[in-house]
Amino acid sequence: METSFDNGSPVQNWMQFPSGYGSHPPNYSAPSGHYSQVPNKAAASHLDNQYRASYYPTYYSSPAQNVMTPSVGTSVLNTQESQQLYNKTPHTVGSAEGPVQGAISSASYLHTSAQQSYSAFGNHYSTSVSSSVASQGFPLNSDHYAMPVVSSAVYPNVSYPPAAPGSVYGQAFTSQSLPVVGQVKETNKFSSQSTSVPHSLQQHVPVGYNTTLSTTSSAQSVQDNLCSNLTRSVAKVNNQINTEKNLSLSISQKFAIPKAPNLNNFPSPAIDSSSTTSSASPVLNNYDALEGGGYPETRSVTSSPVPAPSVPQTSKASKPFGYGYPTLQPGYQNAAAPTPVQPSNPGHHPGLQHYPQQYPGVNQLTSSIGGLSLQHSQQPESLRPVNLTQDRNILPVSSVPAPVPNLNSDLRKLNCSPDSFRCTLTNIPQTQALLNKAKLPLGLLLHPFRDLTQLPVITTSTIVRCRSCRTYINPFVSFIDQRRWKCNLCYRVNDVPEEFMYNPLTRSYGEPHKRPEVQNSTVELIASSDYMLRPPQPAVYLFVLDVSHNAVEAGYLTIVCQSLLENLDKLPGDSRTRIGFITFDSTVQFYNLQEGLSQPQMLIVSDIDDIFLPTPDSLLVNLHESKELIKDLLNALPNMFTNTRETHSALGPALQAAFKLMSPTGGRISVFQTQLPSLGAGLLHSREDPNQRSSTKVVQHLGPATDFYKKLALDCSGQQTAVDLFLLSSQYSDLASLACVSKYSAGCIYYYPSFHHSHNPAQAEKLQKDLKRYLTRKIGFEAVMRIRCTKGLSIHTFHGNFFVRSTDLLSLANVNPDAGFAVQMSIEESLTDTSLVCFQTALLYTSSKGERRIRVHTLCLPVVSSLADVYAGADVQAVVCLLANMAVDRSVSSSLADARDALVNAVVDSLAAYMSTASNLQQSMLIAPNSLKLFPLYILALLKQKAFRTGTSTRLDDRVYAMCQMKSQPLVHLMKMIHPNLYRIDKLIDESTIHVNDRVVPQPPLQKLSAEKLTREGAFLMDCGSIFYIWIGKNCDNNFIKDVLGYPNYASVPQTMTQLPEVDALSSERTRSFVSWLRDSRTLSPVLQVIKDENPAKTEFFQHLIEDRTEAAFSYYEFLLNIQQQVCK
Amino acid sequence: MGSLNAEHQLFQQNPVTWSWEQVYLCSSRILEIIAFDELKTDYKNPIDQCNTLNPTVEKVKKIKRVKIALKLVLPEYLIHAFFCVMFLCAAEWLTLGLNMPLLAYHIWRYMSRPVMSGPGLYDPTTIMNADILAYCQKEGWCKLAFYLLSFFYYLYGMIYVLVSS
Repeated sequence: METSFDNGSPVQNWMQFPSGYGSHPPNYSAPSGHYSQVPNKAAASHLDNQYRASYYPTYYSSPAQNVMTPSVGTSVLNTQESQQLYNKTPHTVGSAEGPVQGAISSASYLHTSAQQSYSAFGNHYSTSVSSSVASQGFPLNSDHYAMPVVSSAVYPNVSYPPAAPGSVYGQAFTSQSLPVVGQVKETNKFSSQSTSVPHSLQQHVPVGYNTTLSTTSSAQSVQDNLCSNLTRSVAKVNNQINTEKNLSLSISQKFAIPKAPNLNNFPSPAIDSSSTTSSASPVLNNYDALEGGGYPETRSVTSSPVPAPSVPQTSKASKPFGYGYPTLQPGYQNAAAPTPVQPSNPGHHPGLQHYPQQYPGVNQLTSSIGGLSLQHSQQPESLRPVNLTQDRNILPVSSVPAPVPNLNSDLRKLNCSPDSFRCTLTNIPQTQALLNKAKLPLGLLLHPFRDLTQLPVITTSTIVRCRSCRTYINPFVSFIDQRRWKCNLCYRVNDVPEEFMYNPLTRSYGEPHKRPEVQNSTVELIASSDYMLRPPQPAVYLFVLDVSHNAVEAGYLTIVCQSLLENLDKLPGDSRTRIGFITFDSTVQFYNLQEGLSQPQMLIVSDIDDIFLPTPDSLLVNLHESKELIKDLLNALPNMFTNTRETHSALGPALQAAFKLMSPTGGRISVFQTQLPSLGAGLLHSREDPNQRSSTKVVQHLGPATDFYKKLALDCSGQQTAVDLFLLSSQYSDLASLACVSKYSAGCIYYYPSFHHSHNPAQAEKLQKDLKRYLTRKIGFEAVMRIRCTKGLSIHTFHGNFFVRSTDLLSLANVNPDAGFAVQMSIEESLTDTSLVCFQTALLYTSSKGERRIRVHTLCLPVVSSLADVYAGADVQAVVCLLANMAVDRSVSSSLADARDALVNAVVDSLAAYMSTASNLQQSMLIAPNSLKLFPLYILALLKQKAFRTGTSTRLDDRVYAMCQMKSQPLVHLMKMIHPNLYRIDKLIDESTIHVNDRVVPQPPLQKLSAEKLTREGAFLMDCGSIFYIWIGKNCDNNFIKDVLGYPNYASVPQTMTQLPEVDALSSERTRSFVSWLRDSRTLSPVLQVIKDENPAKTEFFQHLIEDRTEAAFSYYEFLLNIQQQVCK
Repeated sequence: MGSLNAEHQLFQQNPVTWSWEQVYLCSSRILEIIAFDELKTDYKNPIDQCNTLNPTVEKVKKIKRVKIALKLVLPEYLIHAFFCVMFLCAAEWLTLGLNMPLLAYHIWRYMSRPVMSGPGLYDPTTIMNADILAYCQKEGWCKLAFYLLSFFYYLYGMIYVLVSS
């Protein structure tokens, strides 16, 4: 694919299209007369025109009108064509009109490619006109009708290049439907808006696809990434960046050249970039295609000699920014009289906005139809009262979607993906009083460094920021005029720098609102030296390994060394990457790996009270220069200590040595520890009383026993060093104290209880998989993260692994893609004078390639003044995750019982507050708004989670680990931990399916976590995030056992089974594709465990059935009754 | 006002220390409030801040302002305890009664401090928590008010004794 693209120069592509091109010019030349055919359409564009003219009186009006002519021609062309098609039957079209047929075929050709790369893009931007025609005029057309619309939408922008012959598009052409579905599924997976509706989505695909109307999600993603595509058109992708799947846009100093885009300079990088992009792996490419796509469009913009046709896009693109929010406000706030031409809602997507209505499951979407307010429409779905005690089936069919903020469609499309940035209340209450009344926590759930397959990377010499609050320019700022923009957080009016006036996408001057920074709510900026305190550090990795008797016995060294050997070349870094090893038992051993030595040299320091570095220069060595020595060491290490009799562990001194070694550069320390540290500084004593494990009263020792590890972590953090802890112990190791070393240095914590390489293969496999991910995942060094929010809001508390440097600044020595953060917010001043609030996180880090980068996410949310609206916008998953974080803090600072009470009270208070607002409800029932119907269930799940449960025997380390996880996991993983997904998998053949990458993936419905759903005749899969359990009933169908598990009958299935065999049967294939689909959607690859009835792991499985009664805890129904009692009190 | 007689005796025993210490208490409170305010308004790294507020044994980094006066918490507690002891010796029951709640609070506060190997009260990792920061600030203001009032009360007592004798 890469090659085909590389070869296809723009010139060649142009040449490919003589016929298609030839058939069109006549249409172009017949402009305005056709207006009458499409009155609504014409009106829309006309209005746009007027509108724009009035807002940009001096600058825009004249060029815009000029430019508009081709676009009008375009629309006319579309409508004309499609009407022709409409009037005639498809086959007549095909046979009768030669040219048109040619157009159609090329259209469909284009269409394919457009889909490959966001067909909706063209629709939305260049000729939204045609899309509205399509959606209104031919809502249910077959492929043939709609396609010309698409194609002609693309045509005027001279997108001949896209149909690069011989490229992958050509192949895609032949099998249109399959990739489409697959791609839609991709969206489905990644942009969570649509996750709830895979089936309906699939059904609607033909319509949405062909009319380019697409679904909301795809439209949104298109919009989101529009500019990344455009960006890429001018992009120069250097290979370095490309390996990280990012696309770099080098908007160099050339910008300053006003209105004189150098045509000769740009096209070739443009082609380069497109080709490199599409050279990603097939999977990524698909995803790219949906979320980042638009190559055809892109290229047409860049390679077309006349930039004019793209200018009409401005009118659309500029909508959200072209005028200040104040003018928008009427649009959201009083929908009482939504004039047909609401400025905020330019009427170009009526179909799109109603589309969500077709899905019954997507309650949140309904509330935001048209992006208008709730009060005046009928009661939104998210407020529909649900009687919890009577309604037993409250779980959605598939995973719970994130609510969509009630914004107008333009803003909604620009908004940050809920995967990276979520707020517990998608409608922000106006005052703290209102927030207190709602009894719901206000906060943000962040996953800022998430692996993104599509991320616009921008190089620019001036990073545009607000002069007073230092906010980065973002899609939600307003441009007052050409030269000034108003900050959306502090409302200061700033100047637009000269360089920013140049738009690299159209290579035209004076379109600051079309810059990628203003088109994407998630961008990455390459920072200049102003953002450095010192030269960017190299990637430095130090491994600190426990080699005491206990560790050797557990046998983890082999796995670690093996994984390291395998992934040595994949460690993120550049030519400066350095690596070092320290081992410790009762002494500390260093390894001199200096280049030139014949073999690694071990240096033993036994003075652990005053640790020193024997040869400070040669312990951390360049990975590439000393690779052979490193490999030798890794091969030798597992056998070096086999006969050790040393049982003590001097972890503290080893860490001190590691800190000394790392402090000149900073980097990452990975510590592997297998027992309680028993020597030197930081030694710990066993604090756990096994008899208290199942105590219902007090759980002690959740906090650290010493501040040694905390102090060390702070020192490390100050030297930009993070400590990651791998605890592989079979006994109590006081994780509560040890974890501090990672918590405050922004590291991460892994815990493998009762680890043994042969006795516990599941844990061994998990370590192996975790290590693979750990060693190869992206890493950011010397990072800081600042969270800014609209004036009036302030940050209350942070949750996660970091050190808080000031009220809004987190110091992260390392940042990894699996780290999540939570932030509690409070409302300090009333927000009455604004209708939108924004949150911006800026993560400044040094990439493993030694580049200083800033990743900026911006989230925009509406402000509401009524309690009902606050409930309508509640995001129950985010609320639960934030509450879990708060409860962890509470149980450490106060007590576990307190934290449990607080959790229950959170439900009771919020439901009571809700019921008191809805006066017409019967007080005797337990009613929740639809948006919060899962709240009691999730809270019950939390109470039964290892971290907070009482009465069930829980080891202290397990509990502390669960708490650490709650604080540091991103929302998606945390939700799986709290409330696992249960599927029935013995009848997967009958389930509806989706297509992902040409694979058929069945979509069984979610089951309640209750034993009543388990039947002896079935087999069930439980997805707990880090582990999959497959439970097999005693009377399970023998065919299933034979086909899927590969054993003749139930009795012969072994106790420890961690893999599904590849059997050539449909059910086996389906099951495996389902499991791997579940696996693909997360970064930690979970371990699979097959459970039979008499398996000891059975208890683990049944502990997750949280709706059932246990001897120590309520069943779900009892819990509801209990809440009801308290609510009515 | 018989008790003020004893106050007078106390004053005469060590007049310089007496007034100096009371001024110290007030000023230390003011500085502590400033310190927390600095934290809140983002001027200082909490590690530095806690190092200045906690009397760390190790050498503290050079601090821009009021270097000596900022190592406050423990001296403040000790001075206050010393006052109480003096009042006890002088049988100043009323004044002692007024100071007892604060003494009890100080003891409680020090007992419930975060896990820490050295002396000190403030933990840099939690100090930025809005609740804790707000609490520390409020505590600072309340104590400042208390010290100021007691300063004037002692001053009044001293002058009263001086005039009446």
